[in-house]
Parts: sequence; structure tokens; C-alpha cells
Amino acid sequence: MGRITLDKVRKAFGDVEVIPPLDLTIEDGEFVVFVGPSGCGKSTLLRLIAGLEDVSGGEIRIDGQDATMVPPAKRGLAMVFQSYALYPHMSVRKNIAFPLRMAGLDAAEQERRVKAAADVLNLTDYLDRRPGQLSGGQRQRVAIGRAIVREPAAFLFDEPLSNLDAALRVGMRLEISELHKRLKTTMIYVTHDQVEAMTMADKIVVLRAGHIEQVGSPLELYRAPRNLFVAGFIGSPKMNLIGGAIAKQHDAATIGIRPEHISVSPEAGDWKGRVGVSEHLGSDTFFHVTCEGIGEPVTVRVGGEVDLSYGQTVWLTPDANQLHRFDDKGLRIA
Amino acid sequence: MATQHSRSAARLMMAPAVILLLGWMLVPLTMTLWFSFTRYLPMRGDSIERGLEWVGFENYVRFIGSSSFWPSVQATLMIVGGVLLITVVLGVLLAILLDQPMWGQGIVRILVIAPFFVMPTVSALVWKNMMMDPVNGMFSYIWRFFGADPVSWLSDASVPSIILIVSWQWLPFATLILLTAIQSLDSEQLEAAEMDGAPVLARFWFIVLPHLGRAITIVILIQTIFLLSIFAEIFVTTGGSFGTRTLTYLIFQRVVDSQNIGLGSAGGVYAIILANIVAIFLMRIVGKNLDR
Ligand SMILES: Nc1ncnc2c1ncn2[C@@H]1O[C@H](COP(=O)(O)OP(=O)(O)OP(=O)(O)O)[C@@H](O)[C@H]1O
Ligand SMILES: [Mg+2]
Repeated sequence: MGRITLDKVRKAFGDVEVIPPLDLTIEDGEFVVFVGPSGCGKSTLLRLIAGLEDVSGGEIRIDGQDATMVPPAKRGLAMVFQSYALYPHMSVRKNIAFPLRMAGLDAAEQERRVKAAADVLNLTDYLDRRPGQLSGGQRQRVAIGRAIVREPAAFLFDEPLSNLDAALRVGMRLEISELHKRLKTTMIYVTHDQVEAMTMADKIVVLRAGHIEQVGSPLELYRAPRNLFVAGFIGSPKMNLIGGAIAKQHDAATIGIRPEHISVSPEAGDWKGRVGVSEHLGSDTFFHVTCEGIGEPVTVRVGGEVDLSYGQTVWLTPDANQLHRFDDKGLRIA
Repeated sequence: MATQHSRSAARLMMAPAVILLLGWMLVPLTMTLWFSFTRYLPMRGDSIERGLEWVGFENYVRFIGSSSFWPSVQATLMIVGGVLLITVVLGVLLAILLDQPMWGQGIVRILVIAPFFVMPTVSALVWKNMMMDPVNGMFSYIWRFFGADPVSWLSDASVPSIILIVSWQWLPFATLILLTAIQSLDSEQLEAAEMDGAPVLARFWFIVLPHLGRAITIVILIQTIFLLSIFAEIFVTTGGSFGTRTLTYLIFQRVVDSQNIGLGSAGGVYAIILANIVAIFLMRIVGKNLDR
């Protein structure tokens, strides 16, 4: 079981309030991703849940029990750190067995659980190596192994993939998702990479300056961002946000349209513009089009290979059903 | 760009220093070796100009055969071992203490390092006259305050007293090295261990101590090299009596008190051998610790 409830949890370092009172419920078995720009308090929130930082106010409940004052070891949570935090002088086997050894399990049981974890994570061949002799991805797996042997109520991950290269990151992302499907344990995952958030999460929590901007499933956030911040943060490439006269036509202060919801035509359409830089990914092509009456270049996403030359005049047509409207406070207009 | 050219230029530049160092070490070493095989008693009129009488290994046999030889080796090892033990144990504890954020950290750190800047002779005098003096010393006041008889430290507990004085001098060194080592410990490792359920002592034993292993070996190695030759502390306090005659001190007595340069030189050669045995032994351990 691993249902975690934050009730008006607050954190201040000295006079600086990093996390204003915040409520959040994480259901048992859920994969929750905290996402937000750098310095918004994601790590701090995770460390509060872990017990590595003391809350300045409010209550943390794990499975209904007040855990606010419970020391980290007794909360039944396991954490995977960004730096992996492996013990450099111990072999992989001893690293993974460390929490079991601290729990006073007998040697045979330790060995059995380490074997099982190593099997799951493809670490069997590396059990006698030191962390220094492993690649980044393998170290990451050892850190996860050390977390799973404890059979915790929930896993906490703090940007576990940020030290890996792009290809490995995609691989580990899948592995962690698969692990979650298999273990069905609550996982809280911190990242500033919205692609990780979108692909892995059951529920995304978007944070800004310690505030929760929106909580919801990836598609909810994609389809109905509650405000401009979430609209700009979720989705890649970013949503086009357009103000001025064009927004007025739609009775809004700002309108948002995602690059994939704009069609391009060389002959006719709503907005006339000139093609700027184009990015060819093979599967998709992104065009940056400078339109009349719109300050920022509009990003357009077209499937497959489309050839539009630099400086060419084109017409863009937004899909009216996919238009997001925001009022002058930046809030979504339903 | 370490070309052939710049490399030979570098050698040329370093040559004066290397030659000076070699001369600095080789000349005294060769002279010691030479004297150790001769009869050289300046009081009886022996001198280098008149030629020294070659006596083979006689000095070596006499030095080892003397009743003070083994006790002096013993005293040396006891003092070196005692100081190492105290400085390493207290050094680790002090380093952990100084690593904690606290008020007035800067001043406390300077105070801790201060003893290292006091000359050995001075610190030995201070300890002898201000702390350990059986009549006027600090300790005697404390003892009397609790109604006990003051101890005459330097005669009744001479070896522990010397260990105390020398430890006081070397503790700052150990603390400093260990403190920098502790500061390089990744705090996430400690947090990970905390989450893994390791209580404070287990964290110290399984995480902090292994992390300090390398620094501890370096402290032991460097201190041993210097401690084998401590002299001023003994000269000023006990003058080598009450079982504090170390090998270094014995050699000094043979050369200066008995004016037997040949015999003293033979002792010097033994000291070199002893130092090398210890050094090889330590290098092994350090080597093992360093190439992790
Ligand atoms: N020990 C501390 N003392 C004072 N301020 C702190 C402390 N730890 C974090 N902060 C501040 O709290 C804020 C949130 O920090 P936090 O590490 O949670 O950010 P984050 O969202 O994890 O950022 P990143 O994505 O860069 O890791 C930052 O402004 C940081 O400066
Ligand atoms: Mg962070």
C-alpha cells in the first residue's frame, strides 16, 4: 500500500518560503510525475515526502497514518537520487543488499532478494563489480535495485535520468515504466523534462514556484491546460500563444494553438505568413512561420516530409476545435 | 604539447633542484655509511685528516649488543604507535565535529590548527612547565582540587606524557586532512543510507569511515615519517630517561654524549633500515588503498 496525502504542507528555508501550503493526494499504485521549471521546488517537495527535510507546517500522511515526524527510514519509502548515491567502496551486491542488511535480514534471504532484483534489472553479471566500474545506465539500475529490494510502499525518483545520454534515457524510461506496471507500487517521479512527464505519468503535477498549477492525466493537461503556464509547459514543440487583435476575434486576451493543430497551404488560409527556419525530423517537419499581425513566429508541425522553401509565402489555418482561449489573467476560458 | 624539445628543456630546468636534493641526501648518507665502518672518537684524537681506522662491522655489533638498543626500538614504536592511534581517532572525531555547521566555525577551525604552528621545543617546554609540572602545573592544580596527589608526569608516566605532547602537536594536521576528506563526501550518500535504514553509527561505520580510508592512510604515512625522528620533545622534557630513549635519541647520545661517531653512525644506519621497513609496509597498504 502506498497512498500519500499532503495536507497544507509548507516549507520555508529561513525567511524564504519555497513551498507555500500545498494539498496533494497520491493514490496507491499511481505513477505521479512532478514537473516544473528549475528551482520550482520539485526536489524539495520530494525530500519532504521522503523525510529528508522537515516540513515547516502541515501534515504528511502515508496510508492514512500521520508520518510528518516519522524519520525517513521508518516511512517505508525508497529513493533513487539524481547522482545515484551508490556506496563507492561496496560491490554492486553489497550496495543492493545494504538496506536488507540494515533491516537485519539473514544472509540467505538477503542473497535471494538481491538475486531476484538483479534478475529483474539485468545486473546478474555485474554483482561483484564496484559502482566505479559500471556505466551510467548500469549505475542507475543498481540504484533502482537498491530501492526495490526493500519492497517499499512507494518509490521516489529525483531526476534519475538526467545524467544519461538521450538514447539511454529513452531506454531507461521504458524500463522504469515497465517496472511500475509489474510492481504496481506507487511511484513519484521528479523531472523537468515534459516528454518524460507525458510518456510515463498516470498523473502529472505541474509546479511553479512551489505552487501546484494543475494536476491531471497527461492528456487532460494536453487537451485542457488550466492556464497559460501549463499551456506553454506541456507539449513539444510549445503551444503557440497569440495575443492582440487575433485573440480579440475569439473573445480572449490570449489564444493558444498547438503546432500540430495548424494546417499549411500555399494558396489560401486564415493567416498569411513567410516561412522561416524549418526543422526536418523525417517523421515530422517543424516550420517557423512569421505571420502578419503576430509578434512571435508561429510554429507549425506537419507530418512527414514537406518541402517549403525559406521565404516562401504560405497561409496557416488553425483547427477551430483545438483552439485554447485564455482571459487577461491567463486562465482558461471554458 | 609535450614535445621532445620541451621535455628536454624541462629536464634541464629541473636539474639544479634534483642535483641539489641528491647532494643534500647522498653526501650525509655516504658519510654516515663510511663513519659507521670506522673507529671515530674525536676525544681520542681521531679525525678525518689523519685517516680513520677501518673496523668492519664492529660498530654494528656493538650498537645492537648494547643493553639500550631493544628498549629504544620499543620506546620508538610505542611512541609512534600511540601518537598515531590518538591523532587518527581524535582527528576523525574532531573532523566530524568541525564539519557540522555551527556558530563561530571559522575561529574554532583556526584554534584547532594553531598547535601545528608552535615549534616543538616551545610546545614541549610549555607542556613541561605549565601543564605537567608536579608543583605548579595545571594538572597538579586539577589533581589537588579533587584531593588527589599530583602526579609527576614526566618521571612516573613518561612515555604517555610524551605521547600526549606529540599528539597535541600532530592532531591539527590529522584533523585538517580528515576534515577536507569529510567535506568531499557526497551528502546524498548519507541521505541514501539514512533512507536505507542505517542509524547514525552504521552510517559512520559503513559510509564515512570507508570514505576516509584513503585520507587516514595518508595521515598515518606522513606522520610516521616525521614521528620516527622526534627529538626536541624528548630532549626538552625527559632527556631520554624514564624509558623515553628512542632510537633517534640513543644515536644522539652515542654521538654527542659519548663522542663515539662511528657507533652513532652505525645506529643511524639501523634507523634508516627501520624507517624503510616501516615505509615499505605502509606503502603497501597505501598503494592498496590508493589504486581503488
Ligand atoms: N537547503 C536550502 N536552503 C535554502 N534554500 C534552498 C535549499 N534547498 C533548496 N532551496 C531553494 O528552494 C528552491 C527549490 O529548490 P529545489 O531544489 O526543490 O528545486 P527543483 O525544482 O528541484 O529544481 P531543479 O529542477 O533545478 O532540480 C530553490 O529556489 C532553491 O534555491
Ligand atoms: Mg531538483
